[in-house]
Amino acid sequence: MKDSNTNIFTKGLIKNNPLLVLALGMCSALATTTSAINGLGMGLATWFVLICSNITVSLLKNIIPEKAKLPAHLIIIANFVTIAEILIQAYWPELHDSLGIYIPLIVMNCLILGRAEVFASGHSVFKSTLDALGMGLGFTLALTLLGIIREFLGTGKTFGNIVFPGEYGALLFVLAPGAFITLGFLIAGMNKLKKQS
Amino acid sequence: MKKLTSNFNNIFLVLTGIILMAVISSSVVYSLVKDKIQLSKEEKLQSAIRKVLPPYDHFDPKPLEMNDGVEVMKIFKAYDKQNRFVGAAVESSSNNGYIGHIDVMVGFERSGKIVNYVVTEQNETPGLGARIIDWFKTEHKSQNIIGKDASAANLSVRNDGGDIDAITGATITSRAFLFAVRNAYFAFTSNTGQVASAVNLKADSIQNPTNH
Repeated sequence: MKDSNTNIFTKGLIKNNPLLVLALGMCSALATTTSAINGLGMGLATWFVLICSNITVSLLKNIIPEKAKLPAHLIIIANFVTIAEILIQAYWPELHDSLGIYIPLIVMNCLILGRAEVFASGHSVFKSTLDALGMGLGFTLALTLLGIIREFLGTGKTFGNIVFPGEYGALLFVLAPGAFITLGFLIAGMNKLKKQS
Repeated sequence: MKKLTSNFNNIFLVLTGIILMAVISSSVVYSLVKDKIQLSKEEKLQSAIRKVLPPYDHFDPKPLEMNDGVEVMKIFKAYDKQNRFVGAAVESSSNNGYIGHIDVMVGFERSGKIVNYVVTEQNETPGLGARIIDWFKTEHKSQNIIGKDASAANLSVRNDGGDIDAITGATITSRAFLFAVRNAYFAFTSNTGQVASAVNLKADSIQNPTNH
């Protein structure tokens, strides 16, 4: 049961959620989730890179010598990040404007490098893809949730739609401290959820 | 299949191969969508120009460029049906935002009245500095710059003795923004010859916009 395909896919959602349990990819998570759409965009971009890099690393796992693993994986990830940035610039320029420097910084996301090292370099292409799909989905959901909460409490909007007037929003939540507070509560909630199940 | 051993030759060959693959694949993707990126940048610029201009019939797609050594400004002149000059959209910028660079497009009527503005690029703090997007268009106390005559009004924040209310909690951003607006006006007036130039520029570049 432990390594069944469903298990590989679902472990990233709750049990090993990259953001809320493993605490990976914090930099981008805290900095870009000022609004729901930014969180979602960042999550999708990371997801895309994660899938591509997991597949490539898994395909090349036998020709990459043990000692060259780290630089090889970094180049592969950096390459897909570059491609992702070019594509975002072409097809979603608004997102490119609002995420700015954080798109190239996906290279430094420990989640992606971690999955390449820990999982993809030792498993089949199919399993690595499943792993990337699950982990990426978990990361995207967590980021979007963080963005929704911060945007709602801070500006009274959800995905840009006004729910209550912005004057009553707590600006704190859009700024960095609000990111930490929200993330703390989400992690607490996640721990509670894990204990119960 | 067994893993390759970690000797120098293997590492060198594999890393070189991966780098080559990376270079090729990202260049291929870039060349495929290059036009699209250019197009969306162009569209963004065009829509900003259209938003800030006074009623016009056509505008000169080739801007006048002005450079005072630090900031670069672009002036898009607009004309009515009889080809009379009605105003211009000026792209201006400031490097002194709270988080770096701010680009604005400001539209002026012939008289120097501010028609509208669009912030084309900024990385200011969301909820604070990022409110420049509509703060200076909102009719509230004296924060609105739309409709103000740039030659008469003192377009700087109250703290600096000006007429405009800064964004609450974002004076630095407001300063940078108003600096860009003032600069845009200077560039605009040097262009029509109404007010002495505040930007250093060559006289012939004003008379012959087609030189560019």
